[in-house]
Amino acid sequence: MLHYRTFMIAAVAAASLPFAAANAQSDGSIITLGAAVSLTGKYTTNGEHTKRGYDLAVKKINEAGGVTVGDETYKIEIKYYDDESTPARGAELAERLIQQDGIKFMLGPYSSGMTKAIAPVTEEHGVPMVEANGASRSLFTNNWKYLFATLSTSEQYLTGAITLVAKNADDLGKEPEEIKVAMAFENDPFSQDVREGVLDDMKEYGMEAVIDDQLPRELNDMTATLTKVKALKPDLLIVSGHSKGAATAIRQINELKVNFPVLAMTHCDSADIIGKFGDGAEHTLCATQWAPTMSYSDELFGSAQDFAKLFEETYGYAPPYQAAESAAAVQVYADAFERAGELDSKKVRDALAATDMMTFYGPIKFDQAGKNIAKPMALYQVLDGEYKVVWPSGVADTEAVVPRPST
Amino acid sequence: MLDNIEILVQAPVITLDLVLNGLLLGAIFALAAYGMALVWGVMNIINIAQGEFVILGGYVAVVMAAYGIHPLIAVPVAALLLYAIGWALYRTVIFRIVDRDLFTSILATFGISIVLQQLMNTIFGGNVRIADAGLGTVFLMNGMVSLAQVKLLAFALAAVLGSTLVVFLKRSRLGQAIRATAQHPRAARVLGIDTDRVYAATYGLNAAICGACGALVAMAYTVHPYIGLPYTIRSFMIVVVAGLGNLAGVIAAGLGLGAAENVAGFVFGTQYQLAFVFLLLVVVLVWRNRRLARKRGYLK
Repeated sequence: MLHYRTFMIAAVAAASLPFAAANAQSDGSIITLGAAVSLTGKYTTNGEHTKRGYDLAVKKINEAGGVTVGDETYKIEIKYYDDESTPARGAELAERLIQQDGIKFMLGPYSSGMTKAIAPVTEEHGVPMVEANGASRSLFTNNWKYLFATLSTSEQYLTGAITLVAKNADDLGKEPEEIKVAMAFENDPFSQDVREGVLDDMKEYGMEAVIDDQLPRELNDMTATLTKVKALKPDLLIVSGHSKGAATAIRQINELKVNFPVLAMTHCDSADIIGKFGDGAEHTLCATQWAPTMSYSDELFGSAQDFAKLFEETYGYAPPYQAAESAAAVQVYADAFERAGELDSKKVRDALAATDMMTFYGPIKFDQAGKNIAKPMALYQVLDGEYKVVWPSGVADTEAVVPRPST
Repeated sequence: MLDNIEILVQAPVITLDLVLNGLLLGAIFALAAYGMALVWGVMNIINIAQGEFVILGGYVAVVMAAYGIHPLIAVPVAALLLYAIGWALYRTVIFRIVDRDLFTSILATFGISIVLQQLMNTIFGGNVRIADAGLGTVFLMNGMVSLAQVKLLAFALAAVLGSTLVVFLKRSRLGQAIRATAQHPRAARVLGIDTDRVYAATYGLNAAICGACGALVAMAYTVHPYIGLPYTIRSFMIVVVAGLGNLAGVIAAGLGLGAAENVAGFVFGTQYQLAFVFLLLVVVLVWRNRRLARKRGYLK
């Protein structure tokens, strides 16, 4: 009888062993990060950039020997799901990654909206999430403890343009407080955050907003706004409406021959305004998180230029900043794992909070709310058919041409 | 808002600019709406996939432009291709729902629109695309009014296509069969019209109109796999305002809507542009209802 019972216990124990191994996610010297990224739906392009950034960093880290946690070395792996660009699906998949797949460390999805849907889930389970593509300010006002972002938040996107124009007010024949600004922002959380930041900076210089239009989400025509620009002759037009807004604005500004001294916008590179419009895009100021020409570097990738080269060799196109900030997110994890010394969610979270590192993408240091406060936003200008960094002056390739020569 | 009206009063030429540009935009919507009215009137189907047909046509122009072919040639090519796609869709899906109630057909065409969106996303990618026709701008009134040539061209093509359709429906055998089927499908069948063929042709014709319209959209605006919905909604509104089987009404409503939208966007700000259009729709419907009620009153 006793004999039988011992046998049963041993059998049960033996049978449950493989399950135990499958469940412990860092077993076999592999740390598995989880991510729900958009591979179908409207964020497909940028979701792909995000995934490739993650993958490239993982590959590079594993090639360099992996990460050392305590006395053991681990390789990194990522488990992906396709969130179909739908927030509800993203939240569901985050739940699945944590509950079913036993993921203890999450990487972010693409876009603020998706991040906003997933963050409450990771927060509830006490799972850290390092994200690289949710820039909305509203992500960092909820007292979330497990959310960290490598990128600059959206209210900083175009403040550089205001500063630049204020500095060059003389060339416009005006005092900074006489500058008239026209604003056209899409009616979505990201663009509205950008608008808030711009408004704050305008207040600082005492600039006046003569147009403050909100573009509808299903935007296909900006004639009403541009006609107003023609009538009111502002010094600066700021447009933020993702790729669609950037492409529509440049197309119609050229078609309607609207003339004004300075144009600043977001999403120039993802809309590929140079490729699409050539000369029509000249002198546009564009917000960017990162550029390959910047002078940042780290040990893993080398310089920003080296990263760009590696990325282009691997995927066949120059890395957009979405890929760079995503790669940096994986680097942040690797750094935090090593400093934490063990793979405990809470310990890693504290290590993440104490992050203070330099990457090819720029310095990374999180504030209380989890956003990266060390890296400034930058501005490109389209000069002779190329993006040149013109702001901030520390990392700029060249001087900005403000105002643009009238045609 | 008041200062915006002041600008318009002080510089009427700006109003002219807004109205003209609005009319040009409206012509594109009118074209898509005409196809919708056709399918709705003949087959009693509200085609939710209308916008996706438009965008598909746009991609034909984009792809041709990428191969160095002038996107204007894409207008007939897109029409032909889309005719084939529309016809194939009828033979696989739509014929099952012609006699069903409106809800079934809305659901089915909504499904088609989702499938088309995902297909376009997979094939062409999620980026915003354009086709450059390389045309300039026309200036009127000392450069105060600027009209893009490509939009003028789109307007002209929309007019030509519209009138060709009218003649086609009035004169050709197929056109007559389409009108007969719209009036009374059973009687048409009794008189020897193959209504199934008529339906397939009608649905294909609608897709072809949308395809041509889309090629113009790619040249004048932007295309993106998920930007079809505005074209569906605008078409729907135009048809509701104009009524079925009323081509002149569809064109007038399309143009009027475009102009009203543009002026409203200027006066109230673009955030109220769509809201204004919907308000207009409500007003038109309420007014129509009252007129009908009065007619019913006489009949009693």
